[in-house]
Amino acid sequence: MSRTISIEPVTRIEGHARITLQLADTGEVEDARFHLTQFRGFEKFCEGRPYREMPALTARTCGICPVSHLLASNKACDDLLAVKIPPTAEKLRRIMNLAQMVQSHALSFFHLSSPDLLLGWDSDPAKRNIFGVMEADPDLARKGIRLRQIGQTAIEILGGKKIHPTWVVPGGVSEALSAEKRDAILKMIPEGLEIAKETFALYKSMVPKFKDEISHFGTKPTMFFSLVTPKGNLEHYDGLIRIKDAQGRIVEDMVPPSDYQRIVGEAVEDFTYMKFPYYKPMGYPKGIYRVGPLARLNNADTCGTPFADVALAEFRTLQDDGGPVTSAFHYHYARLVEIIYSLEMMQRLLKDPDILDPRVRARARGNRDEGIGVSEAPRGTLMHHYKIDDDGLITWVDLVIATGHNNLAMNQGIREVADAYVDGNHLREGMLNRVEAVIRCYDPCLSCASHAFGQMPMVIELRDASGYIVDRLSRD
Amino acid sequence: MPLPAPSASVRVVTFKIDGQDLSAREDESILEVCREHKIPIPSLCWMEGLSVIGACRLCVVEVAGVPRLLAACTTRVAEGMEVSTDTEKLRRYRRTLVEMLFAERNHVCSVCVSNGHCELQWLAQTCGVDHVRMPYRNAGYALDSSHEMFRVDHNRCVLCTRCVRVCDEIEGAHTWDVMGRGSDCKVITDLAQPWGDSTTCTSCGKCVQVCPTGALTKQGTSAGEMVKDQHFLPILARRRHIR
Repeated sequence: MSRTISIEPVTRIEGHARITLQLADTGEVEDARFHLTQFRGFEKFCEGRPYREMPALTARTCGICPVSHLLASNKACDDLLAVKIPPTAEKLRRIMNLAQMVQSHALSFFHLSSPDLLLGWDSDPAKRNIFGVMEADPDLARKGIRLRQIGQTAIEILGGKKIHPTWVVPGGVSEALSAEKRDAILKMIPEGLEIAKETFALYKSMVPKFKDEISHFGTKPTMFFSLVTPKGNLEHYDGLIRIKDAQGRIVEDMVPPSDYQRIVGEAVEDFTYMKFPYYKPMGYPKGIYRVGPLARLNNADTCGTPFADVALAEFRTLQDDGGPVTSAFHYHYARLVEIIYSLEMMQRLLKDPDILDPRVRARARGNRDEGIGVSEAPRGTLMHHYKIDDDGLITWVDLVIATGHNNLAMNQGIREVADAYVDGNHLREGMLNRVEAVIRCYDPCLSCASHAFGQMPMVIELRDASGYIVDRLSRD
Repeated sequence: MPLPAPSASVRVVTFKIDGQDLSAREDESILEVCREHKIPIPSLCWMEGLSVIGACRLCVVEVAGVPRLLAACTTRVAEGMEVSTDTEKLRRYRRTLVEMLFAERNHVCSVCVSNGHCELQWLAQTCGVDHVRMPYRNAGYALDSSHEMFRVDHNRCVLCTRCVRVCDEIEGAHTWDVMGRGSDCKVITDLAQPWGDSTTCTSCGKCVQVCPTGALTKQGTSAGEMVKDQHFLPILARRRHIR
């Protein structure tokens, strides 16, 4: 019998999700699918527009990580111009990207995930949100909001706006940094670092409580995909692609981002608008890999900043066998390490003697007919790939989105939870919360991934072997 | 062509604008007098230094005793005239006109090179356009990026024809003109050839500077970077006239 259970309030997932679980005749879960049901068509409607419009256009994919799109798009445009941007411009772009990491990771940890972690997955859904956290631990909530504000304010100081700044332009940035602005950002960083370190210490002490979740959330082996510096260290803006397998062996290393098509294929399924990137040499769907904070920390040899390196060393101890940290639950941990790193690195870059150099823009016109820009967004590696005609108008666009890279892994994670929580013909209570939580580990930005538009309800359907819906859970 | 030069024998008339007693030469338009006295009236197709066409109707005013609305740019002041520039009816008309401009083509401000420096945006703010009440047409218009220095995006054109007039009256090239009617109406270069192939264009860029929106822009500009400089126009127009 079909049954609908409505659960309020709206979940803390960005985008519009539907999940179906396919049952075999025996009543066991045969397949788990994560559907994105909207289509926005960015890759199509950008065609015909001037390439210089692309950074502002593609940034509209998302209001949470517009800076990431802005940077990847401008890097693709730099490639079209065939210029090397001035070193100060690169540093300024890096600072903005790191500020984006701080604000987005703080949003994910404090606003979206801390309600689960602090209040428990089975607590009252009406209170399992940032307001519930404010009630339970007002000091932590205040600090979380402040940390995000520091990241957002740094973006605003640099780019004039918290959301959708246009300061980054093809060839560099539009305006040099003034001493006043530099000092204003520098002044906030010690407070941010203090909050980040305190939160890290608090979370570290809480980790043993989540033993069950750690052992059930996305633990199946996957490869890890991220950018690293030429020396193999943590990298967020530029760098080269590294892929490690679940045992920590390097599968690909120092691959120039311009070669991404050699190693990344994009599969399409008819049940979702989100594409399925995979590691090409292993084929689809065996070439499953993960991106984002967990992958970046697993792939990096070191962070390169003092406190973050200490935190990274502790992160590595999470895996008993000394290999890469595999549980998706530890994305939360990795995010906190990255917040510390981002603030430390921002401080270092802002203290660079050249940071006020007025030469921040290279000027050129379209000199190539194809441009690729790859950078690390908070959720993982983001790729923008454009082709233009002789007049500089876009003829073809491909956006490989951070959340998309994790698509196969998220489907696999749902399957794991389903195996544990579906019994025969009905959905056990707690199923929805656990599914949400495993997805939330990846901090998916479904708007980006499907370039989609819509609200955030989630529907889970349980279908029997003949496709008949035997149970259904939904949140409106 | 620009309004004829005042002759020596021209009279001075007295009249009222919004209850304020004013005097001006009888060959001046209501809009010119308002600009002189800092009385705000929105306008779009009018531009100091170019001929007056009264096309956009944004500067409409009420004149006592005249049953219809008159364009302030094409109406000369007269003895005893009583003009109202800011009534409820005028505000309603102006807002609707600006909304129709937005609904007709694809003015996506957030990604436009003229964002923050656009006369259409300022008009929308001035006229209280917080949203557009009529359905957008969403018709796709072409973009011509063939010129080495400039670009025309018909999606953002409001057909004010400033480019046509400045090219003809000030530069003397007459590269720009208008073709088609209704929603097919558009500005063209030469005989509707790509701008980059134009044999008459001198690449002076005056059309780009006078364009009120992001329709005519310089190549190499990104979102919000196209700031127009229109100070040259009255100076050039005056010198051309003196000659």
